[in-house]
Amino acid sequence: MVTTISPSLSWQPAATLETLKARAGIIALIREFFQDRGVLEVTTPVLVSAVAPERHQNPQICRDGFLHSSPETAMKRLVAAGFGSIFQICPVFRADEAGRLHNPEFTMLEWYRPGFEMEELMVEVGELVQSLLNCPLPVKLTFREAFQKYVGIDPLTSPLGEMAKKIVGQPPEGLDRIGLTDLLLVDQLEPALKKQGGSFFLTDYPAWDPAMAEVDIGPPALARRFELYIDGVELANGYQELTDSQEQEQRLKSVNQQRLEDGRQLLPIDNNFLEALKSGLPRCAGVALGVDRLIMLALLKDSIADVMAFPVDRA
Amino acid sequence: MLSHNQLRQGTRVEIDNMPWIIIDAQFVKPGKGQAFTKIKIKNLTDGRVIERTFKSSETVSKADVMDKSMQYLYSDGEFWHFMDPDSYEQVALTKKQVGNTTLWLREQETYEVTLWKDKAIAVIPPPFVILDITQCDPGIKGDTVSGATKPATLETGAVIKVPLFVNEGERVRVDTRTGQYVERAK
Repeated sequence: MVTTISPSLSWQPAATLETLKARAGIIALIREFFQDRGVLEVTTPVLVSAVAPERHQNPQICRDGFLHSSPETAMKRLVAAGFGSIFQICPVFRADEAGRLHNPEFTMLEWYRPGFEMEELMVEVGELVQSLLNCPLPVKLTFREAFQKYVGIDPLTSPLGEMAKKIVGQPPEGLDRIGLTDLLLVDQLEPALKKQGGSFFLTDYPAWDPAMAEVDIGPPALARRFELYIDGVELANGYQELTDSQEQEQRLKSVNQQRLEDGRQLLPIDNNFLEALKSGLPRCAGVALGVDRLIMLALLKDSIADVMAFPVDRA
Repeated sequence: MLSHNQLRQGTRVEIDNMPWIIIDAQFVKPGKGQAFTKIKIKNLTDGRVIERTFKSSETVSKADVMDKSMQYLYSDGEFWHFMDPDSYEQVALTKKQVGNTTLWLREQETYEVTLWKDKAIAVIPPPFVILDITQCDPGIKGDTVSGATKPATLETGAVIKVPLFVNEGERVRVDTRTGQYVERAK
């Protein structure tokens, strides 16, 4: 939650020295993990001419373009250029997002593994978090199974409007099946996973918004996507990466169309990214992991603000 | 109008034609999904607490609420009457609206009256008030156990715990937020 801090205190860091030392230690261990596996650390621009349009994200606009919301497209250009396995730890920006688990600027760990199937990448993600959090390897659960088991609904077939009224009380008006599923995810599933405790990989997401993931046409159509949840905290999102440039172009345009319908601005299409896909992106899997949330979990803190020197209300 | 990410703790909003104060606000969003703000709100007229969830495209009205310093005049048993010392305008609150503040009401003292659309709906006592003790048993002589207390009834009817050295007829300063004795007053 965002609260106002008195001006005389807002110069002070939110995190303690002890916390920032632990944070630095965890980031050093992440680098060591990838160096040991021959994954190259890269730096791509924070200031970019185009961000990958997302239906529900507001980019940070600045004079010369955008502050990137993720290094995904630039890193895939490196993979397409034949640079092999790469990782990056960098700040990313998402306007209007601030809360216990959100900050408009946060630290992302993102990596790509050419030649990996998504399942192999999930093993690697599990090993990384196990080594840092000393937790058991995540348990796999499909998106539908998770909802059936922990919320008692099937996001694909249940009458979600009626059920949301029973479960949530007074849900916002005008939510479609996707919106109701989002609501039940944050309102019911995440708290249930927190209560349950432990690590889960959610897989087999409905292909409602596959973004940059490969899709199994089904039916039902499923995105080859996974998310890592630890103690109810969404920590990482990974894909079997889409390599088809035409399909990718189509999706970017349709996201822009949805943005227009939602009353959001159109975003430029990243031609360098599409050209890279055209030239040939090797089959690969990739994942993005929220570093502040990871450190929060490692240090048993309640909010990512507790592990940041200057969260948004002091930045 | 407030957008969903302007909903903060302490903000007063109008929902379902009623005034509320936000006591907790949580921003939630699945990584790829839409954002919501879940708020816990307390009704300013009857104190009931409910939860509401708003999606990112929704807006919420700010409540047309203001606090005004007013003097407590008297109660006729049905209404509690207050007066704006500048305009001499009077307002009346019901027992329910005054609520627990009755414990700290002393005539001529100043209180914060909450007005919603210019109608009085609640009254907040100052953090500290000074009140007379109207009934209190004498402390037992020689009892020097530190921290020992005894009950004392104040002129408003409130019963608080006071140290043994405090006597009937004396005045005390009380913290209205906790209902605790602070010190003897002149």
